[in-house]
Amino acid sequence: MAETAEKLLEVRELTMDFGGLRAVDSVTLEVAAGEIVALIGPNGAGKTTFFNCVTGIYKPTRGEILVNPPGRKKQKINGYKPNRVTGIGMARTFQNIRLFQNMTVLENVMIGRHCRTTTSIVGAILRGPATKRQERETIDRSYELLEKVGLVEFADEFAKNLPYGAQRRLEIARAMATDPFLLLLDEPAAGMNPQETRELDELIVKISKDEEISILLIEHDMKLVMNISDRIYVMEYGKKIAKGSPQEIRSNPKVIEAYLGEGGDDA
Amino acid sequence: MDYFLELVCSGLVRGSIYALIALGYTMVYGIIQLINFAHGEIYMIGAFVALIVSGVLTIYGFSGVSILVLAALIAAIYAAAYGYTLEKIAYRPLRTAPRLSPLISAIGASLFLQNYVLLAQTPDYLPFPELIPEFAFMDPIAQRTGLGSAELVILVTSAVTMIGLTVLIKYTRIGKAMRATQQDMTMARLVGVNVDRVISMTFVIGSVLAAIGGVLVGSSIGQINFYIGFMAGVKAFTAAVLGGIGNIPGAALGGLVLGLAESLAAGYVSSAYEDVFAFGVLVIILILRPEGLLGKAVKQKV
Amino acid sequence: MLKNIKQSLLIAAWFVFLTFPLMVVKVNTLKHLVEWRWLNMLWVALGAFFLSFIWRWAMERKQLRSKADEESGGEDGTGLGHRLLHDPKLFRPALVGLAAAALLFPWVLDVYQVNIMVLALIFVVLGLGLNITVGLAGLLDLGYVAFFAVGAYSYALINQYYGLGFWTCLPVGGIIGAFLGVVLGFPILRLRGDYLAIVTLGFGSIAKIVIENWEDFTNGAKGVANIPRPGLFGMEMNIDAATTYTYYLMLLMVLFTIFVTNRLKDSRIGRAWMALREDEIACVAMGVDMARTKLSAYAFGAFWAGAVGVIFAARNTYINPNSFTFMESAIVLSIVVLGGMGSIVGVIIAALVLILMPEYLRAFADYRMLVFGAVMVLMMIFRPQGLIANVRKTYAHRKPAAEENNG
Repeated sequence: MAETAEKLLEVRELTMDFGGLRAVDSVTLEVAAGEIVALIGPNGAGKTTFFNCVTGIYKPTRGEILVNPPGRKKQKINGYKPNRVTGIGMARTFQNIRLFQNMTVLENVMIGRHCRTTTSIVGAILRGPATKRQERETIDRSYELLEKVGLVEFADEFAKNLPYGAQRRLEIARAMATDPFLLLLDEPAAGMNPQETRELDELIVKISKDEEISILLIEHDMKLVMNISDRIYVMEYGKKIAKGSPQEIRSNPKVIEAYLGEGGDDA
Repeated sequence: MDYFLELVCSGLVRGSIYALIALGYTMVYGIIQLINFAHGEIYMIGAFVALIVSGVLTIYGFSGVSILVLAALIAAIYAAAYGYTLEKIAYRPLRTAPRLSPLISAIGASLFLQNYVLLAQTPDYLPFPELIPEFAFMDPIAQRTGLGSAELVILVTSAVTMIGLTVLIKYTRIGKAMRATQQDMTMARLVGVNVDRVISMTFVIGSVLAAIGGVLVGSSIGQINFYIGFMAGVKAFTAAVLGGIGNIPGAALGGLVLGLAESLAAGYVSSAYEDVFAFGVLVIILILRPEGLLGKAVKQKV
Repeated sequence: MLKNIKQSLLIAAWFVFLTFPLMVVKVNTLKHLVEWRWLNMLWVALGAFFLSFIWRWAMERKQLRSKADEESGGEDGTGLGHRLLHDPKLFRPALVGLAAAALLFPWVLDVYQVNIMVLALIFVVLGLGLNITVGLAGLLDLGYVAFFAVGAYSYALINQYYGLGFWTCLPVGGIIGAFLGVVLGFPILRLRGDYLAIVTLGFGSIAKIVIENWEDFTNGAKGVANIPRPGLFGMEMNIDAATTYTYYLMLLMVLFTIFVTNRLKDSRIGRAWMALREDEIACVAMGVDMARTKLSAYAFGAFWAGAVGVIFAARNTYINPNSFTFMESAIVLSIVVLGGMGSIVGVIIAALVLILMPEYLRAFADYRMLVFGAVMVLMMIFRPQGLIANVRKTYAHRKPAAEENNG
């Protein structure tokens, strides 16, 4: 375990209630620098709700979300708006793909650069040298990311016209364009065929190595999770029921029980 | 005190009309999440058909209550037919389109129907025949509260209609299908509900209610024109939002509250700004409690 | 085919039934007279019969196209509009011809025509302004006319009370419009699209009611008269010259609007607007500040309405609240819808067509709102992208000096 490495994200006893329903119940989770951490569990276990709390889409009922951005002060981000969370350096993808359908693939990635650029309305109208430079940098960086996920040839296509697997990869590229130190992937392999899943597997590892981005992912595909994760957290009915290395999780009786009848259909 | 009582009574009357129209908005919104902008026009068409029918019947020697009943019945049938056709042409082809599309289509349909009536009939105000008889027993009450026979008929009719609607939705087959569709359209379809028919029925029922409102307003105010649907529609929508859109008792409550508030504001502040006041209520409600008085907060699914 | 005819006959019968009371019977309840216009039924029946064929054909085509789209995985851009815009051989001469026509217009035609053209150009700017709010940012604004009214009244009243001239008021009108856009935008930031529509509709109506009733300040329903026309270094101009001058001024205004909106459209700001339209949640999750983006779209759309309102007041020299009803908002919205949301060229063409057509085809004028309504419905069903779809700009890969293709 990477206990000694610097902790980027510390979530303490996070709880989220919807009316009378407790979707996330006192979950504690940590991600350290350079780690790939997986969050697994049966459908409806509260994983996506957990993500939504961490990324500011929901305001958690209780608990603390502490972020420790490299080179900056540790801060508590409960109740921050999603754009502020992204600004701090945590970017996400969505389980049900949420691309900007009627914009080009390249433009989708360029949106990710929004929070790292500064052109104002006046600047955009005057289009001075500083604006031009920034625009150029945005384009170059976006192409670079498209290359990384293998989508350069589709740069000028509308996002809605991409095949399914490519849309998932575009979501990753778009999130990476925000220069995150932590990438939160919500079921990146959902709906992919085995070939695509294998490629995704490599892509995620490459991102974490080359770009020094830590990764927290929700995933149902056990093979992918076991392959790439350093540590795994397991949730069921809103509660964390286990954590540990892939080997520990594989042999944990609680996990096996939670997955009984579920684990088979994911390979 | 009498002045206050008068305002309350007129507010209740006004509010019950808003409630009748608001029900149509709320039912449609509950099922397909669309603001049916043309709903106000259906109400206006209902009023026009009633006016035409009663005009013809008067000339051919019918009289009194028989005219009222026939006019209301035919108006309701026509409103239903218009509502049904409207849904089929302007909304059904857009069921899977982005949200903005059916909304713009609805605005277009509203403009179209308004101008259709304008061109086919007249741009002027038409006097509505007095259909509701004067009940002698209302005289003493009318003196004190301004609550005449027409107002009594409005209150009773809307109350009966709303109770009828509640029964329809709670206990009939189509009512159950409507509730199922409102909860989850895909699921309802899977368990064998004919969703297209349910949506059509929703428009039909909403339109009938609007037409009843149209007949009542026409005979109590005494004149109508092609434009009455616009303001009535906006007010009724406000009532629906006030009560919690998609919520049927909410629409009734919202209508009454809005009617009362408007009547009091017009009476004590200024009648010129009556409409401003209604919009003010809408904006404040949307900001402070967008789910409405009786609605439940819904978290957007991510 | 027989089946189709039978179906169309049924549809015709249905519409005959549907339109019967309103189209045939006309009662005079005071004089107890009924007018029966039976002939109308014939027209309705024939119209419904033939239109149902067209409807069916268009529906089939639409389905075919969406299937073809799925298979080929993309839209083709081979329509005449696209070729005209993308082939420089066609584009340049067309542009030159257009410019020449626009410049010569006042010298060839009389004052009346020029005046109508000025009105059409005013609606071009209104269309382009609303295009930002609705077309790019996806915020349906049904009270756009309020900003137009505020611009017009700010010139009329500032001039009346403080004697400031047209040129000072032009930016002031725009800024007041933009400011109002922000003020009105604030409370409705969190509202979803359909609520937004109804609230902005409310704002539009409130603006008119306030202007009508605040007699001490706005002169109420009587309106404000004797508003000076645009000045040119204090020169005295007769009506002809002033109209021509206003025309050129308006032409410049249109060019300026096109220039600015075009630059914004393909910038960091414009992309954020579009992302907001496409998916609000994904947009904020990518680090875009929703409040700021929405407000800027509102303010920027409102700015144009305010500024062009000043010109409108100067053109008419007299304004009253009746120029600023929901109808005007609806007209501007149909311009945006017909032209194609987000598309600048489309909006310009649509504005010219929708404003000039009723002026020249008087017979059509009565039917214009009817047709606008129908156009909005039909466009949404059969061509939601508008006459000329908004084409996204493409960017060259790794050639820092190269300029991009135009979108």
